[in-house]
Amino acid sequence: MSAAELAAGGHADARDIEVDAKAIFGFWVYLMTDCVLFAGLFATYAVLRDNTFGGPAGYQIFNMPEVLVETLVLLMSSFTYGLGVLAARGNREAQVLGWFAATFVLGLVFLSIEVPDFHSLVTQGNSWTRSGFLSAYFTLVGTHGLHITIGLLWMAVLVVRVRRTGLTRGNVRRLTLLSLFWHFLDLVWIFIFTIVYLMGAARV
Amino acid sequence: MTLMKMPMFAWSVLCSMFLAMFAFPILTVTLALLFLDRAIGTHFFTAAGGGNVMMYVNLIWAWGHPEVYILVLPAFGIYSEVVATFSRKPLFGYASMVAALVAITILAFSVWVHHFFTMGAGADVNGFFGIMTMIIAVPTGVKIFNWLATMFRGRIELAAPMYWFMGFVGLFTIGGVAGVMLAMPAIDFQLHNGLFLVAHFHTMLVSGVLFGDFAGLIYWFPKVCGFRLNERLLKYSFWCWFIGFIVVLVPLYILGFMGATRRLDHYAASTGWQPLFIVSGLGSLIIAAGLGLLILQIGVSIRQRAATRDVDGDPWNGRTLEWTTTSPPPVYNFATIPVVHGRDPFWAAKQQGAAPSETRVFSDVHMPKNTPVGMFVGGLAFVVGFTLIWHIYWLTILAVLGLLITAAIRTTSTDDSEYTIPAAEVARLESARQVEFA
Repeated sequence: MSAAELAAGGHADARDIEVDAKAIFGFWVYLMTDCVLFAGLFATYAVLRDNTFGGPAGYQIFNMPEVLVETLVLLMSSFTYGLGVLAARGNREAQVLGWFAATFVLGLVFLSIEVPDFHSLVTQGNSWTRSGFLSAYFTLVGTHGLHITIGLLWMAVLVVRVRRTGLTRGNVRRLTLLSLFWHFLDLVWIFIFTIVYLMGAARV
Repeated sequence: MTLMKMPMFAWSVLCSMFLAMFAFPILTVTLALLFLDRAIGTHFFTAAGGGNVMMYVNLIWAWGHPEVYILVLPAFGIYSEVVATFSRKPLFGYASMVAALVAITILAFSVWVHHFFTMGAGADVNGFFGIMTMIIAVPTGVKIFNWLATMFRGRIELAAPMYWFMGFVGLFTIGGVAGVMLAMPAIDFQLHNGLFLVAHFHTMLVSGVLFGDFAGLIYWFPKVCGFRLNERLLKYSFWCWFIGFIVVLVPLYILGFMGATRRLDHYAASTGWQPLFIVSGLGSLIIAAGLGLLILQIGVSIRQRAATRDVDGDPWNGRTLEWTTTSPPPVYNFATIPVVHGRDPFWAAKQQGAAPSETRVFSDVHMPKNTPVGMFVGGLAFVVGFTLIWHIYWLTILAVLGLLITAAIRTTSTDDSEYTIPAAEVARLESARQVEFA
């Protein structure tokens, strides 16, 4: 029984369940389109990967320890978000806010590694204008970073909302949708980690 | 209603939207990359800097070919409804029609390279995409034969939508056969970018999509607006379109074989092309007359609407559920969700002489609330695109902020996205409708 059902005296009518199911289905549809979007960027990256045009190749610019930290931070943020959703199901509002704060901070940590990393590449003269490879690299990884940024904005809005109106049924639904989004971004990162960074560093 | 009892139009839209879901993100990516090339100097499609020009063509057609099926599948659905209704027979081969739609939906993603066989991808790649292109013609052929078999021994009524359908079958088959010819890379190398190709895809899109949309508009117009369109003018318009279209396109097919390419700014008199070009041009005047009649017909139909009012909600002796309700239908469509035991349920009920089941017990109807969010998002997204193209970046920033604020308002607004029409109100509306019916 979800928090909202408990709040409503243990009663959830079929109508609410249908509304939730529709929203979650719709969000899955969106995620699948986003999946195709990333597939397009990965395909572009695969085509342009070796077009370094006299510029650096991946293994010359990737800072693997940092990338490992980024990966661990993101995975951890998915874990804390999962705990937050569990707390929401148990209607423990204080815990929910705590776990979301943790997730938010981890997301910020991720960005605070990625953005300076991009910045230092640009200042070294290895910006997206340098070569086809770097164009594809910045666009693929940057699009993921943009998604993370939007996810963080969304999280901030939801935290305010939960603080104001509590763990209503609608709020639990919204938290669930954001959780789908957040885990999806984690999955995309795993592919970026493997295809861009590991294969790049190993010169596969 | 289970999936295999769904009207074919609903199936076709479902398949079309699946395609849209998986094709349009590719266009999003392509346009974003093109924009980045123009605005911040990336090298995706540039010749210098390690870009790849042909990647642009690949990406555009990886979206663009599914896109033509996104356009044509709903028209296929319309034709399926029209041909069954006016042949007074169930659609022939329903299951194979569904299978054909699904097959086209899947295969649509495996043919895009046939738009540029001349790229030089090599014999293996061209061979693969050539064969896939021929394979996708098979389900389309299945549909054509099923439509013809639906007409076979039917009591065919030549209402206006049926004219467009029959015109479509002939023209589309000619265009389709031309397409299978173009699917052969060896032939395509000769005809690439020529008028034969132009004639082919205009045959497909005009007879496939445009005629289909006309047929659908005429067919469902009474349901939406409550009165029928003028049959006589519609038929005149059809003949202008049909004949004009043949006069335009046949010379183009011939010119294509003679070597004429598209977008010529001049050609030598010695080519001998001019008479054919003139004939083709005259054909376009006949089509223009057809378009004029089509527009005239709207005015005439509106003036005569009292005489053609659709009083019983079933102007065509229809087969499917939409014809059981009034024209136009109430805001909630059906007071109680109909239970369906077979395909063409309304036709079956009429055949058995069963009176439409009179529901006397009504329950609350839940309706989605209107929301302006979609309109704001659409408008602001347009501003973002326009200002990015014209480098008006301050306005871009404002529009993006607007989008974020819209999303935030949507996320923080009330949970209640639906409103309820109480049972008593539904009962009142329904009894008013019964009076209207009688």
